[in-house]
Amino acid sequence: MSHEPLSAELRVEFAYTRSLGPTLGAFLTALRAHRVLGVRGADGRVHVPPAEYDPVTAGPLTELVEVGSTGTVLSWTWQPEPLAGQPLQRPFGWALIRLDGADTALLHAVDVPGPESMSIGLRVRARWAAEPVGAITDLACFEPLDTATPEPPVREFAEDVRGTVSPIDLRYRHSASAAESEFLRGVARGELTGQRCPVCAQVYIPPRGACPTDGVPLTDWVRLAEEGTVTSFCVVNVPFLGQRIPPPYVAAAVLLDGADIPFQHLVLGIAPEQVRMGLRVRAVWRPREQWGHTLENIDHFTPSGAPDAPFDSFARHL
Amino acid sequence: MPEVAVVAFAQSPAVRRTEASGNGVELLVPLFQQVYTDTGLSKQDIGFWCSGSSDYLAGRAFSFVSAVDAIGAFPPISESHVEMDAAWALYEAWVRLKLGEVDTALVYGFGKSSAGELRRVLALQLDPYLMTPLWPDSVSIAGLQARLGLAQGRWSERAMAEVAARSRADAVGNPEAQLSGTPTVAELLEEPYLADPLRAHDCAPISDGASVVVLAAGDRARELCARPAWITGLAHRTDSGQLGSRDLTAAPSAVAAARAAGGDGVQLAELHAPFTHQEILLRQELGLDDARINPSGGVLAGNPMFAAGLSRIGLAARHIHAGAADRTLAHATSGPCLQQNLVCVLEGGD
Repeated sequence: MSHEPLSAELRVEFAYTRSLGPTLGAFLTALRAHRVLGVRGADGRVHVPPAEYDPVTAGPLTELVEVGSTGTVLSWTWQPEPLAGQPLQRPFGWALIRLDGADTALLHAVDVPGPESMSIGLRVRARWAAEPVGAITDLACFEPLDTATPEPPVREFAEDVRGTVSPIDLRYRHSASAAESEFLRGVARGELTGQRCPVCAQVYIPPRGACPTDGVPLTDWVRLAEEGTVTSFCVVNVPFLGQRIPPPYVAAAVLLDGADIPFQHLVLGIAPEQVRMGLRVRAVWRPREQWGHTLENIDHFTPSGAPDAPFDSFARHL
Repeated sequence: MPEVAVVAFAQSPAVRRTEASGNGVELLVPLFQQVYTDTGLSKQDIGFWCSGSSDYLAGRAFSFVSAVDAIGAFPPISESHVEMDAAWALYEAWVRLKLGEVDTALVYGFGKSSAGELRRVLALQLDPYLMTPLWPDSVSIAGLQARLGLAQGRWSERAMAEVAARSRADAVGNPEAQLSGTPTVAELLEEPYLADPLRAHDCAPISDGASVVVLAAGDRARELCARPAWITGLAHRTDSGQLGSRDLTAAPSAVAAARAAGGDGVQLAELHAPFTHQEILLRQELGLDDARINPSGGVLAGNPMFAAGLSRIGLAARHIHAGAADRTLAHATSGPCLQQNLVCVLEGGD
């Protein structure tokens, strides 16, 4: 238990797909055509970016107003080392920019060589993305008014923008707990281990940080058998992304002999319609050269040939 | 309605990186044991549990469910969770106690900020249509706020460095602090910018950690604690999610929360200010010129996300438990540039 916990890179990616209402839909439709719309608030202020509901009265706002694509920097900061996903991948300024004709400020990037080029009051204009998609990123960034970047041609689109897709990409260093790490090191040696609660004596596999009944750390290690009992199961008939074997197949709750909690694994080597509660199964390990720190070292469970376990022997573990 | 008090508090040391897993269990179990010892309560005595944490910080869905193992949640318990700093979980628990549904509650918060890229993860709490897709990071956004105050003369880079120096020095006596020391203001001002006009010492460190507060009502509180810290006011407010339509040199929601909580005339305040200029802004906005600010060193000395705000309440209560103060204020924040604010006023005596 003196080992450091196992850890690995974890990458979370998804395309956040959102529908837009009339206000933001109109804003992004216009942005795609190199035009900027704001919305007039109850107090007459023009909000850019547009607010869907008035920040003061909370009433819906509907009066769209076109504003300029040039504006003034109200505040700025410097990004010396841009992070993934930011508008520019070289050092740049962030700014709150009040566009001409607007009363509120838009947050965006300003492309200048260094912080000495940034100032409150700096006049800037929009630089448009070459490939507009109907997102805030159609505004590629802002640049000082005297920069001479050629403007890409305005594209024609048949449909208005009704939704927007934001790619989310997060990276983590995921750490297993000390107990999970010890368990996975055992699995990498071909051993299945559990932990017994010092209070209620229940044996958990995989081991966890604390007994969910007593809230105390689990301390005693127990070597578990490779044979067990199917306590429950389902026949998977539905194909899904990332599926490893073609359906139908059986995912079952397997209660290893000596454990008090079942865990989920595949049961193969038997027709799905013949799988039943109480079926005795044993682990089928992959070839040793394929083993890692993963429960996938066990390819699946298969019927052991022993007589079914009586219901009362596992009824408490359902 | 019953009176409600903070009767116990425990927090883990704030550290840059813990070896614990992201589900909080290893951090929480010893803290629960400590507050049980301090109060004589056992888990069966707790009427309601409430936690604050974030799936985006942990990098997996429903991460707070695993943390429930630390409770020992059998037989079934009454439990809830907020995807905010646990100070807001304390608010939920306080409402349950005020309604008389239960007479004890345990509130906990935890976060492993080191698992991901914190200032980037926090972009996910912004407007998802027009801001998150640009991935503005939390430090850069705070830099925009700091610049506005500098330009208006609300604070100076020297005043910001003075906050950092005082915070580090106060943290020397705090065994749970992550950063402490006695740098001079001149030394701090020689450091390079992290996000001009912010230097590294202007920003709270990235911290892993957890904290726990036990609340109790009326006579139950008096049984559990020699000098309960009675909550005489607790309120939270929020400002617009439209960053560019706010006056970032003001904190209207913090002022409104403090007014609703009755935050005048406190001797000591624990402010949740992750950036030096935000401490100055809150001091000005809340009129705290006469109060001792952040004797713990504040979150500039250690900022475990989703626990740090709850810790402010626990720390402000500790001074009352110890008889060192009669009236204290705790503040918690969430969101960019002090967007959401909670104020809790605590009193000793009877």
